[in-house]
Amino acid sequence: MDSIRKEDIIETINMLSEQRLNIRTVTLGISLLDCVTNDIDTTIELVETKLLRGAGNFVNTCKTMEKKYGVPIINKRITVTPISFLLEPLVARLGSKRATDGAIKLANSLDKCASEVGVDLIGGYSALVQKGITNGAQALIESLPEALSSTVHVCSSVAVADSKSGINVNAIINIGKVIKRLSEVTDKGFGNAKLVTLSNPPIDNPFMAGGFHGIGEEEMTINVGISGPGVIKSVVHKSRGVDMMTLAENIKKAAFKITRVGELIGRETSKSMNVKFGAVDLSLAPSPNPNESVAEIIEEMGIGSTGMHGSTAALALLTDAIKKGGVMGASSVGGLSGAFIPMSEDLGMMQAITKGSITLDKLEAMTAVCSTGIDMVAIPGDTTSDEISAIILDEMAIGVYTNKSTGVRVLPIPGQKAGEKVDFGGLFGRSQIIPVKKFAVSEFVQRGGRIPPPITSLRN
Amino acid sequence: MDDLKQSTERVIITVLGKDRVGIVSGISTVLAKNGANILDLTSTKMGDLFIMIMLVDLIGSKLGPSDLHKKLVSEGKRLRVQVTVQHENIFEYMHRV
Repeated sequence: MDSIRKEDIIETINMLSEQRLNIRTVTLGISLLDCVTNDIDTTIELVETKLLRGAGNFVNTCKTMEKKYGVPIINKRITVTPISFLLEPLVARLGSKRATDGAIKLANSLDKCASEVGVDLIGGYSALVQKGITNGAQALIESLPEALSSTVHVCSSVAVADSKSGINVNAIINIGKVIKRLSEVTDKGFGNAKLVTLSNPPIDNPFMAGGFHGIGEEEMTINVGISGPGVIKSVVHKSRGVDMMTLAENIKKAAFKITRVGELIGRETSKSMNVKFGAVDLSLAPSPNPNESVAEIIEEMGIGSTGMHGSTAALALLTDAIKKGGVMGASSVGGLSGAFIPMSEDLGMMQAITKGSITLDKLEAMTAVCSTGIDMVAIPGDTTSDEISAIILDEMAIGVYTNKSTGVRVLPIPGQKAGEKVDFGGLFGRSQIIPVKKFAVSEFVQRGGRIPPPITSLRN
Repeated sequence: MDDLKQSTERVIITVLGKDRVGIVSGISTVLAKNGANILDLTSTKMGDLFIMIMLVDLIGSKLGPSDLHKKLVSEGKRLRVQVTVQHENIFEYMHRV
């Protein structure tokens, strides 16, 4: 069979069937910088024309790839230029109130385009406010409760910190209030599943809710997010009793193969659409299904239940091995590229809350060695906006001081307390509500201003 | 990293299922009827499981890969085996640098 060995074919078939290997997302990034005008209706017209023309054939192309290679592509998504850039001239012309109304109109137009071209989500209803807030960014943040509660597919991210600028506490105070408001105006507070607060955001992230088509990118790009926790779990299972170095080596080899599938699908999709291929995101993306959980991999390594002491080391070994294996398999690596441990979307993580092995504090510690941060965490409905801001501050500090991306996507569930359960449905999963400690934080949070960047940012 | 082979339309067909009479003949008949040329064929057994792997050229085939896939899956159902059809590049890519 030429250069392909029978054993390799059987291994691939096994990965795709038993171990549920898939491509988690193919994401088409589209720049909207050429749609900036000072008239909202003209802007919307330009945006719609560009999205419908650019992405019209995207979902069908992905489907063709799925058939050709026998690899499921779970999500097809679009990212766009952070929308706050499109709002700047509107604020100057219309004032902030009417610009915010315009932003909501624009969010609904993005939603309509996403439906029309058949993608699952559209990301980039975003603002970058690491150091300070411009008028357009302020209008976008103010529009978030209504924009996200009146749309289905639109995802938003707000970058509030980076290692060179420090942490914008004023923005985090605002976001704390937005999160509270969103939890009140959307069913089960689900609107917050579509909003993430970020530090050091990558400009080519294919995953949601943090994906946007960043400044410095091509006109259009294809970015691919891989999955494959089941494949890694199987490798770890077969590596029972081996020492840590050997375990890392075995994970690396499997990560290479998983990444190659992403590389192939990315190259072929971009070629077929005549769009530049951006990057493969090496993140292991879990799901609420068995055999697709990152927590299960940690447990397969020998930790009784995720969150127990040893979990941070296990996750660090895993994340690093995935990167080392993956980097050889992809021509360009980007996005978040680290393991994801979203609380409600990962079966093992959900079980760990129920068993009591994981707490918010341990989760925070684990996020120092992976990429998503405090992700999809259901918290009690009575958590105050300052307490939410304090959770965000801690997570941003981890990102800023370790020079990595982190995010916070917490969902205060209205009327519900710690220990109660909530079901978001589909890939968003279900979760037990995790307790949040109740001591004073407001005096610290309300100081406002900006936490300066660490000395390690002065590298020139 | 070389560009993908585009000049050929070669697929790997894998057939998995409990061993029984007529699997090879059933699948190869569908291929022959539709002008798909078997370039290589190998089979193996893992316990009770029969595994057949074929390298097939679709250049001379009357059907496109997608239609042939449908026909093979339906024949697979009759034979109670699982049939997958994948472009050969995925195997090259996954197992070679």
